[in-house]
Amino acid sequence: MTEAVITPEEIIKRGKIVFKKTKNMLDKTLSYCPGCGHGVAHRLVMEVIEEMGITEDTIGVAPVGCSVLAYEFMNIDMQQAAHGRAPAVATGIKRVLPEKYVFTYQGDGDLAAIGTAETIHACNRGENIVIIFINNGIYGMTGGQMAPTTLQGMKSSTSPYGRVVETMGYPLKITEMVAMLPGVAYATRQAVHEAKYVRKAKRAIRKAFENQKDKKGTSIVEIVSNCNSGWKMTPVDSNKWLEENMLAYFPLGDIKK
Amino acid sequence: MEDVKLMKGNEAMAEAAIRAGADAYFGYPITPQSEVIEYLMMEKPENRTGMQVLQAESEVAAINMVYGAAACGKRVMTSSSSPGISLKLEGISYMAGSELPCLIANVMRGGPGLGTIQPGQADYFQAVKGGGHGDYRLIVLAPSTVQEMADFVDLGFELAFKYRNPVMILSDGAIGQMMEKVFLPDQKERLTDKEVINKYGSWATTGKPESRERNIITSLNLKSEVQENHNFHLQKKYKSIEENEIRYEAIQCDDAEYIMVAFGTSARICQKVIQLGRDKGLKLGLLRPITLWPFPKQIINKLADTSKGFLSVEMNAGQMIEDVQLAVNGKAPVSHYGRMGGMIPSPSDVLVAVEKELKKIG
Repeated sequence: MTEAVITPEEIIKRGKIVFKKTKNMLDKTLSYCPGCGHGVAHRLVMEVIEEMGITEDTIGVAPVGCSVLAYEFMNIDMQQAAHGRAPAVATGIKRVLPEKYVFTYQGDGDLAAIGTAETIHACNRGENIVIIFINNGIYGMTGGQMAPTTLQGMKSSTSPYGRVVETMGYPLKITEMVAMLPGVAYATRQAVHEAKYVRKAKRAIRKAFENQKDKKGTSIVEIVSNCNSGWKMTPVDSNKWLEENMLAYFPLGDIKK
Repeated sequence: MEDVKLMKGNEAMAEAAIRAGADAYFGYPITPQSEVIEYLMMEKPENRTGMQVLQAESEVAAINMVYGAAACGKRVMTSSSSPGISLKLEGISYMAGSELPCLIANVMRGGPGLGTIQPGQADYFQAVKGGGHGDYRLIVLAPSTVQEMADFVDLGFELAFKYRNPVMILSDGAIGQMMEKVFLPDQKERLTDKEVINKYGSWATTGKPESRERNIITSLNLKSEVQENHNFHLQKKYKSIEENEIRYEAIQCDDAEYIMVAFGTSARICQKVIQLGRDKGLKLGLLRPITLWPFPKQIINKLADTSKGFLSVEMNAGQMIEDVQLAVNGKAPVSHYGRMGGMIPSPSDVLVAVEKELKKIG
């Protein structure tokens, strides 16, 4: 007797559901490199929005960088901002639609280099928005150039002999910087390269959106992530390197709560 | 009862924005247009209509706030002066590419660089030829009175939404700073999100209901074929604007033997020149483009059949003259007279230039 083919619907009917893809993520292949943390970060943000029941009331802002196409995967209303300008764009949205939920999703080059002014001033005004900040210490989209968060001695295509702090400056801890501003309600640093970190990161994202609901001001969730392509490592090695090097300089945990 | 006030051009523009039912203004101070945001802050439009006003940290941030709010289907405005407009051009290009309606006022001063805080018209090229990167056009309105500073706000918003395109009011420090009598328009209601959808369609990002696909505002198309199709779509729109939205004023052109072409402050000066010239028996006329883009090409070409020549009078080194020459298309001589650096030509200076040109023509 041959075994009958079981449909997904039947599997769902028979068993207990332990994981379900959020409706807020579209059925599209992500454009990110295999092993990259962006996919998990996208999913966490979309899950939180679905679980809070605010899908219809949320507007996202995508940056310039690897996540420039974030709106291709997120099934919500979204805007794509010029490089670094997402916090200003989000300010514009929130000021005319104060009852809606607004978040930006930005990388380190976008948020901590070209968009430093927009980041600091949105935080200083205490714009009631959520900033999701993916820090992988490199410009991934343009091919692995040095970022404001590139570690000392770390090699990139524009620091091929390693970052020399005397001439290239120090890796920027911008989340600590904005945490000192009174407008910032919540600043935290998380990671998504292992399940235990993923769970904590999701709780942090949830808290950030709850803060927006309670009109508390700006919440920034930094996610230290890998860039296995840019770092020229296997995904597994990149996660190990992240743990040993990135987290040593960018320690995880709440900076302001 | 008519609502008549004595106001600065900048103030009239600010008051007109409130009355046009604007939803928000984002700006950054710069001379000679800081009265716009000062007036709005003083007036507390939030109490009058719910309009939001915010002083941004830079012109760059201000135009991106405009982008965000405009993408929500709102009537949004910003204003600046020449160096500040240069900073806004990135955002303006993005808005043109994303097809977002908005109103941008440039109260021009002399340049280049930090230049001067006195009036100028040297941003003509920047306004009508693009300025920012990529193939795009702004609808450019050139007021020459305080009344038009007020009137062009609502007109600008209407055109911006009709074509989903940024509109620029290209004014200068003289009109921004001078006080004149202005008839203020009636208060328009701000539109609700639902009214915006009914009137202009459902393209804005206001949160995605189950009933529709998600709305995305972007200027990015990584596939060249898709981007080129988007370019074709934009060009088609620009053609339609050229066919339908040309505005100008022809002053004493019917019997004119020689015609000046001028906009804004220069056009006011040229009106006096007509009078001075006619007193001396010179039949002068003035063609005043109100839309600098689309440019009133056809009427200028038609006038070239009867006029001995044209003088493009501008407070710059000669920018609009190129469009006048293209419009005249060799039918008659076209010359330029201008001052720069914040200097304003006097009517007698312009008349001397006119007489010189007429002598050349013979």
